[in-house]
Amino acid sequence: MKKLFILLFSFLTITAQAASSEGGEFKPGDMITHHIADDYTWHFADGAVLYLPVILIDNGKPVVFSSSNFYNEHHELVPYNGYVMEHGHIYRANAAGEPSEDKAGLMDFSITKNVASMFISVALLFFVFFSIAGSYKKNAGKAPRGMQSFFEPIIIFIRDEIAKANIGPKYERYMPYLLTIFFFIWFNNLLGLMPGGANLTGNIAVTLVLATLTLLITVFSGNKSYWGHIFATPGVPKWLAPIMIPVELIGIFTKPFSLMVRLFANITAGHIIILSLFSLIFIFESIAVGPLSVAFATFMNFLELFVALLQAYIFTLLSAMYFGGAVEEHDHVDDMGHGDGGH
Amino acid sequence: MELVTPNFGLIFWQLVTFLIVLFLLTKFAWKPIMSALRERETSIENALSAAEKAKLEMQGLKAENEKLLAEARMERDKILKEASDAGNALVENARNKANEEGSRLIAQAREAIENEKLAALTEVKNMAAALSVDIAERILRKELSDPQAQQALAQDYIREVTLN
Repeated sequence: MKKLFILLFSFLTITAQAASSEGGEFKPGDMITHHIADDYTWHFADGAVLYLPVILIDNGKPVVFSSSNFYNEHHELVPYNGYVMEHGHIYRANAAGEPSEDKAGLMDFSITKNVASMFISVALLFFVFFSIAGSYKKNAGKAPRGMQSFFEPIIIFIRDEIAKANIGPKYERYMPYLLTIFFFIWFNNLLGLMPGGANLTGNIAVTLVLATLTLLITVFSGNKSYWGHIFATPGVPKWLAPIMIPVELIGIFTKPFSLMVRLFANITAGHIIILSLFSLIFIFESIAVGPLSVAFATFMNFLELFVALLQAYIFTLLSAMYFGGAVEEHDHVDDMGHGDGGH
Repeated sequence: MELVTPNFGLIFWQLVTFLIVLFLLTKFAWKPIMSALRERETSIENALSAAEKAKLEMQGLKAENEKLLAEARMERDKILKEASDAGNALVENARNKANEEGSRLIAQAREAIENEKLAALTEVKNMAAALSVDIAERILRKELSDPQAQQALAQDYIREVTLN
Protein backbone atom coordinates (compact mmCIF):
# COMPACT_ATOMS: atom_id res chain seq x y z
CA MET A 1 0.00 0.00 0.00
CA LYS A 2 2.78 2.37 0.99
CA LYS A 3 4.73 1.46 -2.12
CA LEU A 4 1.73 2.15 -4.23
CA PHE A 5 1.43 5.63 -2.82
CA ILE A 6 5.11 6.37 -3.37
CA LEU A 7 4.76 5.18 -6.94
CA LEU A 8 1.68 7.28 -7.41
CA PHE A 9 3.27 10.40 -5.99
CA SER A 10 6.44 10.05 -8.03
CA PHE A 11 4.26 9.70 -11.09
CA LEU A 12 2.36 12.79 -10.03
CA THR A 13 5.47 14.94 -9.72
CA ILE A 14 6.72 13.89 -13.12
CA THR A 15 3.47 14.65 -14.87
CA ALA A 16 3.08 17.86 -12.94
CA GLN A 17 6.40 19.06 -14.23
CA ALA A 18 5.40 18.03 -17.71
CA ALA A 19 2.15 19.94 -17.43
CA SER A 20 3.76 23.15 -16.16
CA SER A 21 6.36 23.06 -18.91
CA GLU A 22 3.53 22.99 -21.45
CA GLY A 23 2.04 26.13 -19.90
CA GLY A 24 -1.42 24.78 -18.99
CA GLU A 25 -4.47 26.75 -19.97
CA PHE A 26 -6.51 25.38 -17.09
CA LYS A 27 -6.96 27.93 -14.31
CA PRO A 28 -8.46 26.18 -11.27
CA GLY A 29 -9.09 29.49 -9.50
CA ASP A 30 -11.28 30.77 -12.30
CA MET A 31 -13.06 27.44 -12.65
CA ILE A 32 -13.84 27.25 -8.94
CA THR A 33 -14.92 30.88 -8.70
CA HIS A 34 -17.17 30.35 -11.68
CA HIS A 35 -18.74 27.28 -10.08
CA ILE A 36 -19.45 28.76 -6.70
CA ALA A 37 -20.57 32.16 -8.00
CA ASP A 38 -24.01 33.01 -9.29
CA ASP A 39 -24.63 32.92 -13.05
CA TYR A 40 -27.17 33.94 -15.67
CA THR A 41 -27.03 30.51 -17.26
CA TRP A 42 -27.28 27.07 -15.72
CA HIS A 43 -24.41 25.08 -17.01
CA PHE A 44 -25.11 21.36 -16.37
CA ALA A 45 -22.49 20.06 -18.81
CA ASP A 46 -20.93 21.17 -22.05
CA GLY A 47 -23.79 21.55 -24.48
CA ALA A 48 -26.43 21.23 -21.75
CA VAL A 49 -26.90 24.86 -20.82
CA LEU A 50 -30.09 26.40 -19.56
CA TYR A 51 -30.32 30.11 -20.43
CA LEU A 52 -32.16 31.82 -17.62
CA PRO A 53 -34.23 34.97 -17.99
CA VAL A 54 -32.62 38.34 -17.40
CA ILE A 55 -34.87 40.84 -15.64
CA LEU A 56 -33.61 44.39 -15.40
CA ILE A 57 -35.25 47.50 -14.02
CA ASP A 58 -33.73 50.33 -16.02
CA ASN A 59 -34.81 53.66 -14.51
CA GLY A 60 -38.10 52.12 -13.42
CA LYS A 61 -38.71 50.42 -16.77
CA PRO A 62 -38.65 46.59 -16.72
CA VAL A 63 -36.56 44.85 -19.36
CA VAL A 64 -36.88 41.09 -19.74
CA PHE A 65 -34.98 38.88 -22.17
CA SER A 66 -33.20 35.52 -22.25
CA SER A 67 -29.57 35.42 -21.23
CA SER A 68 -28.89 33.40 -24.40
CA ASN A 69 -28.91 36.77 -26.21
CA PHE A 70 -25.55 37.56 -24.62
CA TYR A 71 -23.91 34.66 -26.44
CA ASN A 72 -23.25 34.27 -30.13
CA GLU A 73 -23.02 30.92 -31.91
CA HIS A 74 -19.36 30.55 -30.88
CA HIS A 75 -20.35 30.94 -27.27
CA GLU A 76 -18.68 34.31 -27.05
CA LEU A 77 -20.11 37.20 -25.08
CA VAL A 78 -21.77 39.89 -27.15
CA PRO A 79 -23.69 43.05 -26.21
CA TYR A 80 -27.47 42.88 -26.54
CA ASN A 81 -30.16 45.54 -26.48
CA GLY A 82 -27.77 48.13 -25.06
CA TYR A 83 -26.58 45.86 -22.25
CA VAL A 84 -23.44 43.87 -21.88
CA MET A 85 -22.45 41.08 -19.53
CA GLU A 86 -19.01 40.94 -18.03
CA HIS A 87 -17.68 38.80 -15.15
CA GLY A 88 -21.16 37.71 -14.20
CA HIS A 89 -22.63 41.20 -14.08
CA ILE A 90 -24.81 43.14 -16.47
CA TYR A 91 -23.87 46.70 -17.38
CA ARG A 92 -25.16 49.27 -19.78
CA ALA A 93 -23.13 49.05 -22.97
CA ASN A 94 -21.37 52.12 -24.32
CA ALA A 95 -20.90 52.87 -28.00
CA ALA A 96 -17.99 50.44 -28.30
CA GLY A 97 -19.98 47.60 -26.73
CA GLU A 98 -17.93 47.86 -23.54
CA PRO A 99 -19.45 48.06 -20.06
CA SER A 100 -20.10 51.71 -19.25
CA GLU A 101 -19.46 53.41 -15.96
CA ASP A 102 -23.02 54.65 -15.81
CA LYS A 103 -24.77 52.28 -13.39
CA ALA A 104 -27.34 54.66 -11.90
CA GLY A 105 -30.92 53.41 -11.99
CA LEU A 106 -30.05 49.97 -13.33
CA MET A 107 -31.28 47.18 -11.05
CA ASP A 108 -30.82 43.51 -11.75
CA PHE A 109 -33.65 41.16 -10.72
CA SER A 110 -32.63 38.34 -13.03
CA ILE A 111 -33.66 34.77 -12.34
CA THR A 112 -30.11 33.61 -11.91
CA LYS A 113 -28.91 30.08 -11.34
CA ASN A 114 -29.23 30.56 -7.59
CA VAL A 115 -32.74 31.94 -7.85
CA ALA A 116 -33.79 29.09 -10.14
CA SER A 117 -32.24 26.59 -7.77
CA MET A 118 -34.07 28.20 -4.89
CA PHE A 119 -37.37 27.89 -6.77
CA ILE A 120 -36.67 24.19 -7.25
CA SER A 121 -35.92 23.78 -3.55
CA VAL A 122 -39.08 25.67 -2.69
CA ALA A 123 -41.13 23.41 -4.94
CA LEU A 124 -39.50 20.46 -3.21
CA LEU A 125 -40.23 21.91 0.23
CA PHE A 126 -43.85 22.50 -0.68
CA PHE A 127 -44.22 19.04 -2.15
CA VAL A 128 -42.63 17.30 0.84
CA PHE A 129 -44.29 19.21 3.63
CA PHE A 130 -47.71 19.66 2.11
CA SER A 131 -47.90 15.92 1.49
CA ILE A 132 -46.70 15.26 5.04
CA ALA A 133 -49.34 17.64 6.40
CA GLY A 134 -51.85 15.73 4.26
CA SER A 135 -50.81 12.41 5.75
CA TYR A 136 -51.18 13.86 9.24
CA LYS A 137 -54.75 14.71 8.37
CA LYS A 138 -55.39 11.39 6.67
CA ASN A 139 -54.13 9.11 9.41
CA ALA A 140 -54.75 11.36 12.35
CA GLY A 141 -53.78 9.86 15.68
CA LYS A 142 -52.10 6.90 13.99
CA ALA A 143 -48.43 6.02 13.68
CA PRO A 144 -46.56 7.98 10.98
CA ARG A 145 -45.93 6.37 7.61
CA GLY A 146 -43.45 6.78 4.78
CA MET A 147 -42.04 10.27 4.37
CA GLN A 148 -43.96 11.32 7.46
CA SER A 149 -42.01 8.91 9.63
CA PHE A 150 -38.71 10.18 8.23
CA PHE A 151 -39.42 13.85 8.93
CA GLU A 152 -41.40 13.50 12.13
CA PRO A 153 -38.40 12.76 14.37
CA ILE A 154 -36.60 15.75 12.86
CA ILE A 155 -39.57 18.03 13.46
CA ILE A 156 -39.89 16.72 17.02
CA PHE A 157 -36.16 17.16 17.54
CA ILE A 158 -36.38 20.79 16.43
CA ARG A 159 -39.37 21.32 18.69
CA ASP A 160 -38.02 19.58 21.79
CA GLU A 161 -34.25 19.94 21.61
CA ILE A 162 -33.93 23.26 19.82
CA ALA A 163 -37.06 25.33 20.47
CA LYS A 164 -38.26 24.11 23.87
CA ALA A 165 -34.75 23.75 25.27
CA ASN A 166 -33.56 27.20 24.22
CA ILE A 167 -36.63 29.42 24.04
CA GLY A 168 -38.66 28.08 26.92
CA PRO A 169 -42.42 28.24 27.35
CA LYS A 170 -42.95 30.73 24.50
CA TYR A 171 -41.36 28.40 21.96
CA GLU A 172 -44.49 27.81 19.94
CA ARG A 173 -44.47 31.25 18.36
CA TYR A 174 -41.05 30.60 16.81
CA MET A 175 -41.61 27.05 15.62
CA PRO A 176 -42.71 27.94 12.06
CA TYR A 177 -39.65 30.11 11.50
CA LEU A 178 -37.24 27.59 13.00
CA LEU A 179 -38.70 24.70 11.01
CA THR A 180 -38.65 26.74 7.82
CA ILE A 181 -35.03 27.88 8.11
CA PHE A 182 -33.90 24.42 9.12
CA PHE A 183 -35.47 22.68 6.15
CA PHE A 184 -34.77 25.55 3.75
CA ILE A 185 -31.07 25.50 4.60
CA TRP A 186 -30.83 21.73 4.69
CA PHE A 187 -32.63 21.17 1.40
CA ASN A 188 -30.60 23.86 -0.34
CA ASN A 189 -27.34 22.56 1.12
CA LEU A 190 -28.16 19.13 -0.29
CA LEU A 191 -29.27 20.51 -3.65
CA GLY A 192 -25.98 22.39 -3.81
CA LEU A 193 -24.12 19.11 -3.46
CA MET A 194 -25.91 17.59 -6.45
CA PRO A 195 -23.90 17.57 -9.67
CA GLY A 196 -24.63 20.83 -11.43
CA GLY A 197 -26.28 22.20 -8.32
CA ALA A 198 -26.10 25.87 -7.43
CA ASN A 199 -24.19 27.12 -4.43
CA LEU A 200 -27.22 28.85 -2.94
CA THR A 201 -26.58 28.57 0.80
CA GLY A 202 -22.93 29.39 0.09
CA ASN A 203 -23.99 32.74 -1.30
CA ILE A 204 -23.61 35.66 1.06
CA ALA A 205 -26.82 37.32 -0.16
CA VAL A 206 -28.86 34.30 0.92
CA THR A 207 -27.25 33.93 4.30
CA LEU A 208 -27.53 37.70 4.76
CA VAL A 209 -31.29 37.52 4.31
CA LEU A 210 -31.66 34.56 6.66
CA ALA A 211 -29.46 36.18 9.31
CA THR A 212 -31.31 39.48 8.97
CA LEU A 213 -34.63 37.75 9.53
CA THR A 214 -33.24 36.14 12.68
CA LEU A 215 -31.98 39.56 13.79
CA LEU A 216 -35.36 41.21 13.16
CA ILE A 217 -37.28 38.51 14.98
CA THR A 218 -34.86 38.71 17.90
CA VAL A 219 -35.09 42.49 18.15
CA PHE A 220 -38.85 42.63 17.80
CA SER A 221 -39.49 39.88 20.32
CA GLY A 222 -37.05 41.38 22.84
CA ASN A 223 -38.80 41.96 26.15
CA LYS A 224 -38.07 44.40 28.95
CA SER A 225 -35.37 42.28 30.48
CA TYR A 226 -33.64 41.82 27.09
CA TRP A 227 -33.40 45.56 26.51
CA GLY A 228 -32.62 46.06 30.17
CA HIS A 229 -29.59 43.88 29.72
CA ILE A 230 -28.43 45.95 26.81
CA PHE A 231 -28.99 49.47 28.16
CA ALA A 232 -28.47 48.80 31.86
CA THR A 233 -26.65 45.53 32.26
CA PRO A 234 -27.40 44.31 35.78
CA GLY A 235 -24.44 44.07 38.09
CA VAL A 236 -22.34 46.53 36.10
CA PRO A 237 -21.52 49.97 37.62
CA LYS A 238 -23.32 52.93 36.05
CA TRP A 239 -20.13 54.68 34.97
CA LEU A 240 -19.31 51.73 32.68
CA ALA A 241 -22.48 52.36 30.66
CA PRO A 242 -20.71 54.42 27.94
CA ILE A 243 -18.64 51.33 27.21
CA MET A 244 -21.23 48.66 27.90
CA ILE A 245 -24.04 50.08 25.78
CA PRO A 246 -22.04 50.26 22.53
CA VAL A 247 -20.59 46.81 23.22
CA GLU A 248 -24.05 45.36 23.79
CA LEU A 249 -25.42 47.12 20.71
CA ILE A 250 -22.61 45.75 18.59
CA GLY A 251 -23.38 42.37 20.13
CA ILE A 252 -26.90 42.52 18.69
CA PHE A 253 -25.40 42.67 15.22
CA THR A 254 -22.42 40.38 15.62
CA LYS A 255 -24.66 37.44 16.43
CA PRO A 256 -26.53 37.40 13.12
CA PHE A 257 -23.33 38.42 11.34
CA SER A 258 -21.69 35.28 12.64
CA LEU A 259 -24.69 33.28 11.44
CA MET A 260 -24.35 34.80 7.99
CA VAL A 261 -20.62 34.17 7.69
CA ARG A 262 -20.71 30.70 9.25
CA LEU A 263 -23.22 29.27 6.82
CA PHE A 264 -21.72 31.05 3.80
CA ALA A 265 -18.16 30.04 4.62
CA ASN A 266 -18.90 26.43 5.52
CA ILE A 267 -20.87 25.68 2.40
CA THR A 268 -18.60 27.60 0.06
CA ALA A 269 -15.51 26.00 1.58
CA GLY A 270 -16.98 22.55 1.04
CA HIS A 271 -17.62 23.33 -2.61
CA ILE A 272 -14.13 24.79 -3.02
CA ILE A 273 -12.48 21.72 -1.50
CA ILE A 274 -14.36 19.27 -3.71
CA LEU A 275 -13.72 21.36 -6.81
CA SER A 276 -10.04 21.70 -5.88
CA LEU A 277 -9.71 17.94 -5.56
CA PHE A 278 -11.15 17.52 -9.03
CA SER A 279 -8.96 20.33 -10.34
CA LEU A 280 -5.93 18.27 -9.33
CA ILE A 281 -6.73 15.88 -12.16
CA PHE A 282 -6.63 18.70 -14.67
CA ILE A 283 -3.66 20.44 -13.10
CA PHE A 284 -1.57 17.29 -13.28
CA GLU A 285 -3.17 16.28 -16.57
CA SER A 286 -2.87 12.71 -15.42
CA ILE A 287 -5.46 10.00 -15.21
CA ALA A 288 -3.47 8.47 -12.35
CA VAL A 289 -4.57 11.29 -10.07
CA GLY A 290 -8.14 10.44 -10.91
CA PRO A 291 -8.69 7.62 -8.41
CA LEU A 292 -7.01 9.59 -5.66
CA SER A 293 -9.00 12.71 -6.39
CA VAL A 294 -12.20 10.76 -6.66
CA ALA A 295 -11.47 8.97 -3.41
CA PHE A 296 -10.83 12.22 -1.57
CA ALA A 297 -13.74 13.97 -3.25
CA THR A 298 -16.05 11.09 -2.34
CA PHE A 299 -14.91 11.34 1.25
CA MET A 300 -15.43 15.10 1.15
CA ASN A 301 -18.88 14.61 -0.33
CA PHE A 302 -19.88 12.41 2.57
CA LEU A 303 -18.44 14.98 4.93
CA GLU A 304 -20.41 17.66 3.11
CA LEU A 305 -23.61 15.65 3.47
CA PHE A 306 -22.98 15.78 7.20
CA VAL A 307 -22.01 19.46 7.08
CA ALA A 308 -25.22 20.22 5.17
CA LEU A 309 -27.23 18.86 8.08
CA LEU A 310 -24.93 20.25 10.73
CA GLN A 311 -24.99 23.81 9.39
CA ALA A 312 -28.77 23.76 9.10
CA TYR A 313 -28.88 22.55 12.70
CA ILE A 314 -26.41 25.16 13.94
CA PHE A 315 -28.20 28.02 12.19
CA THR A 316 -31.50 26.90 13.67
CA LEU A 317 -30.05 26.25 17.10
CA LEU A 318 -28.31 29.62 17.32
CA SER A 319 -31.41 31.43 16.07
CA ALA A 320 -33.41 29.67 18.77
CA MET A 321 -30.84 30.67 21.37
CA TYR A 322 -31.03 34.32 20.30
CA PHE A 323 -34.83 34.20 20.46
CA GLY A 324 -34.56 32.53 23.83
CA GLY A 325 -32.32 35.33 25.06
CA ALA A 326 -34.83 37.89 23.82
CA VAL A 327 -37.88 36.40 25.53
CA GLU A 328 -36.24 35.04 28.67
CA GLU A 329 -37.64 36.36 31.94
CA HIS A 330 -35.03 37.33 34.50
CA ASP A 331 -37.07 37.64 37.62
CA HIS A 332 -34.74 37.98 40.56
CA VAL A 333 -31.44 36.31 39.95
CA ASP A 334 -29.28 37.17 36.99
CA ASP A 335 -27.39 33.99 36.25
CA MET A 336 -26.58 34.60 32.57
CA GLY A 337 -28.20 31.26 31.92
CA HIS A 338 -25.54 29.35 33.85
CA GLY A 339 -27.14 29.22 37.24
CA ASP A 340 -24.08 30.81 38.83
CA GLY A 341 -25.18 34.44 39.10
CA GLY A 342 -25.07 36.79 42.06
CA HIS A 343 -28.08 38.20 43.89
CA MET B 1 -14.32 40.30 -3.01
CA GLU B 2 -16.89 39.23 -5.55
CA LEU B 3 -17.70 36.27 -3.32
CA VAL B 4 -18.55 38.32 -0.26
CA THR B 5 -20.48 41.07 -2.03
CA PRO B 6 -24.18 40.36 -1.70
CA ASN B 7 -26.03 40.67 -4.98
CA PHE B 8 -29.07 42.90 -4.72
CA GLY B 9 -31.22 40.83 -7.06
CA LEU B 10 -30.56 37.66 -5.16
CA ILE B 11 -31.33 39.37 -1.84
CA PHE B 12 -34.64 40.47 -3.30
CA TRP B 13 -35.60 37.04 -4.62
CA GLN B 14 -34.38 35.30 -1.52
CA LEU B 15 -36.36 37.61 0.78
CA VAL B 16 -39.56 37.38 -1.26
CA THR B 17 -39.32 33.64 -1.77
CA PHE B 18 -38.38 32.91 1.80
CA LEU B 19 -41.23 34.98 3.19
CA ILE B 20 -43.69 33.25 0.87
CA VAL B 21 -42.29 29.87 1.85
CA LEU B 22 -42.47 30.80 5.51
CA PHE B 23 -46.06 31.94 5.16
CA LEU B 24 -47.31 29.01 3.10
CA LEU B 25 -45.46 26.34 5.06
CA THR B 26 -46.66 27.85 8.33
CA LYS B 27 -50.24 27.92 7.17
CA PHE B 28 -50.44 24.61 5.33
CA ALA B 29 -47.69 22.48 6.83
CA TRP B 30 -46.30 23.48 10.21
CA LYS B 31 -49.58 24.36 11.90
CA PRO B 32 -51.39 21.14 10.93
CA ILE B 33 -48.30 19.04 11.60
CA MET B 34 -47.62 20.60 14.99
CA SER B 35 -51.23 20.36 16.08
CA ALA B 36 -51.44 16.75 14.87
CA LEU B 37 -48.29 15.92 16.80
CA ARG B 38 -49.61 17.64 19.88
CA GLU B 39 -52.94 15.87 19.61
CA ARG B 40 -51.30 12.52 19.20
CA GLU B 41 -48.98 13.19 22.13
CA THR B 42 -51.81 14.22 24.41
CA SER B 43 -53.84 11.20 23.38
CA ILE B 44 -50.88 8.91 24.05
CA GLU B 45 -50.27 10.65 27.35
CA ASN B 46 -53.93 10.29 28.30
CA ALA B 47 -53.90 6.64 27.34
CA LEU B 48 -50.78 6.07 29.39
CA SER B 49 -52.12 7.87 32.43
CA ALA B 50 -55.42 5.98 32.08
CA ALA B 51 -53.49 2.72 31.94
CA GLU B 52 -51.53 3.79 34.99
CA LYS B 53 -54.73 4.65 36.80
CA ALA B 54 -56.27 1.33 35.82
CA LYS B 55 -53.16 -0.42 37.08
CA LEU B 56 -53.41 1.41 40.39
CA GLU B 57 -57.09 0.57 40.58
CA MET B 58 -56.33 -3.05 39.85
CA GLN B 59 -53.73 -3.02 42.56
CA GLY B 60 -56.23 -1.47 44.94
CA LEU B 61 -58.80 -4.07 44.02
CA LYS B 62 -56.29 -6.84 44.45
CA ALA B 63 -55.26 -5.53 47.84
CA GLU B 64 -58.90 -5.27 48.83
CA ASN B 65 -59.57 -8.78 47.59
CA GLU B 66 -56.65 -10.04 49.56
CA LYS B 67 -57.89 -8.22 52.61
CA LEU B 68 -61.34 -9.70 52.14
CA LEU B 69 -59.85 -13.11 51.64
CA ALA B 70 -57.75 -12.77 54.77
CA GLU B 71 -60.80 -11.59 56.68
CA ALA B 72 -62.84 -14.49 55.38
CA ARG B 73 -60.09 -16.87 56.33
CA MET B 74 -59.95 -15.41 59.80
CA GLU B 75 -63.71 -15.60 60.08
CA ARG B 76 -63.64 -19.19 59.00
CA ASP B 77 -60.95 -20.02 61.54
CA LYS B 78 -62.93 -18.26 64.21
CA ILE B 79 -66.11 -20.11 63.30
CA LEU B 80 -64.30 -23.41 63.19
CA LYS B 81 -62.73 -22.71 66.53
CA GLU B 82 -66.04 -21.68 68.01
CA ALA B 83 -67.73 -24.74 66.61
CA SER B 84 -65.09 -27.04 67.93
CA ASP B 85 -65.22 -25.27 71.31
CA ALA B 86 -68.97 -25.61 71.35
CA GLY B 87 -68.73 -29.27 70.39
CA ASN B 88 -66.16 -29.89 73.05
CA ALA B 89 -68.25 -28.08 75.59
CA LEU B 90 -71.29 -30.08 74.56
CA VAL B 91 -69.45 -33.37 74.83
CA GLU B 92 -67.98 -32.32 78.17
CA ASN B 93 -71.37 -31.26 79.36
CA ALA B 94 -72.97 -34.48 78.23
CA ARG B 95 -70.23 -36.48 79.85
CA ASN B 96 -70.62 -34.58 83.09
CA LYS B 97 -74.31 -34.99 82.98
CA ALA B 98 -74.00 -38.69 82.23
CA ASN B 99 -71.53 -39.07 85.02
CA GLU B 100 -73.79 -37.25 87.39
CA GLU B 101 -76.79 -39.23 86.26
CA GLY B 102 -74.87 -42.42 86.65
CA SER B 103 -73.71 -41.48 90.08
CA ARG B 104 -77.20 -40.49 90.99
CA LEU B 105 -78.59 -43.75 89.66
CA ILE B 106 -75.99 -45.77 91.48
CA ALA B 107 -76.72 -43.89 94.66
CA GLN B 108 -80.40 -44.46 94.21
CA ALA B 109 -79.88 -48.10 93.45
CA ARG B 110 -77.69 -48.44 96.50
CA GLU B 111 -80.30 -46.81 98.63
CA ALA B 112 -83.03 -49.02 97.17
CA ILE B 113 -80.87 -52.09 97.74
CA GLU B 114 -80.27 -50.98 101.31
CA ASN B 115 -83.98 -50.49 101.82
CA GLU B 116 -84.80 -53.78 100.22
CA LYS B 117 -82.16 -55.42 102.32
CA LEU B 118 -83.54 -53.87 105.46
CA ALA B 119 -87.09 -54.85 104.49
CA ALA B 120 -85.96 -58.37 103.67
CA LEU B 121 -84.07 -58.65 106.94
CA THR B 122 -87.06 -57.38 108.84
CA GLU B 123 -89.26 -59.86 107.10
CA VAL B 124 -86.77 -62.64 107.72
CA LYS B 125 -86.62 -61.60 111.38
CA ASN B 126 -90.37 -61.44 111.62
CA MET B 127 -90.73 -64.76 109.85
CA ALA B 128 -88.01 -66.24 112.04
CA ALA B 129 -89.81 -64.89 115.08
CA ALA B 130 -93.12 -66.25 113.93
CA LEU B 131 -91.52 -69.55 112.99
CA SER B 132 -89.76 -69.66 116.34
CA VAL B 133 -92.95 -68.88 118.14
CA ASP B 134 -94.75 -71.48 116.09
CA ILE B 135 -92.03 -74.07 116.64
CA ALA B 136 -91.86 -73.16 120.25
CA GLU B 137 -95.60 -73.49 120.61
CA ARG B 138 -95.57 -76.94 118.96
CA ILE B 139 -92.62 -78.04 121.02
CA LEU B 140 -94.18 -76.63 124.11
CA ARG B 141 -97.43 -78.33 123.40
CA LYS B 142 -95.65 -81.58 123.11
CA GLU B 143 -92.98 -81.13 125.79
CA LEU B 144 -95.05 -79.43 128.39
CA SER B 145 -97.25 -82.28 128.95
CA ASP B 146 -95.30 -82.95 132.07
CA PRO B 147 -94.51 -80.31 134.72
CA GLN B 148 -90.79 -81.21 134.94
CA ALA B 149 -90.15 -80.48 131.39
CA GLN B 150 -91.95 -77.14 131.75
CA GLN B 151 -89.70 -76.29 134.61
CA ALA B 152 -86.56 -77.06 132.62
CA LEU B 153 -87.73 -74.99 129.72
CA ALA B 154 -88.48 -72.03 131.82
CA GLN B 155 -84.99 -72.34 133.21
CA ASP B 156 -83.55 -72.41 129.74
CA TYR B 157 -85.36 -69.25 128.75
CA ILE B 158 -84.18 -67.42 131.68
CA ARG B 159 -80.62 -68.39 130.86
CA GLU B 160 -81.02 -67.38 127.32
CA VAL B 161 -82.47 -64.01 128.27
CA THR B 162 -79.48 -63.18 130.37
CA LEU B 163 -77.20 -64.19 127.56
CA ASN B 164 -78.91 -61.88 125.21
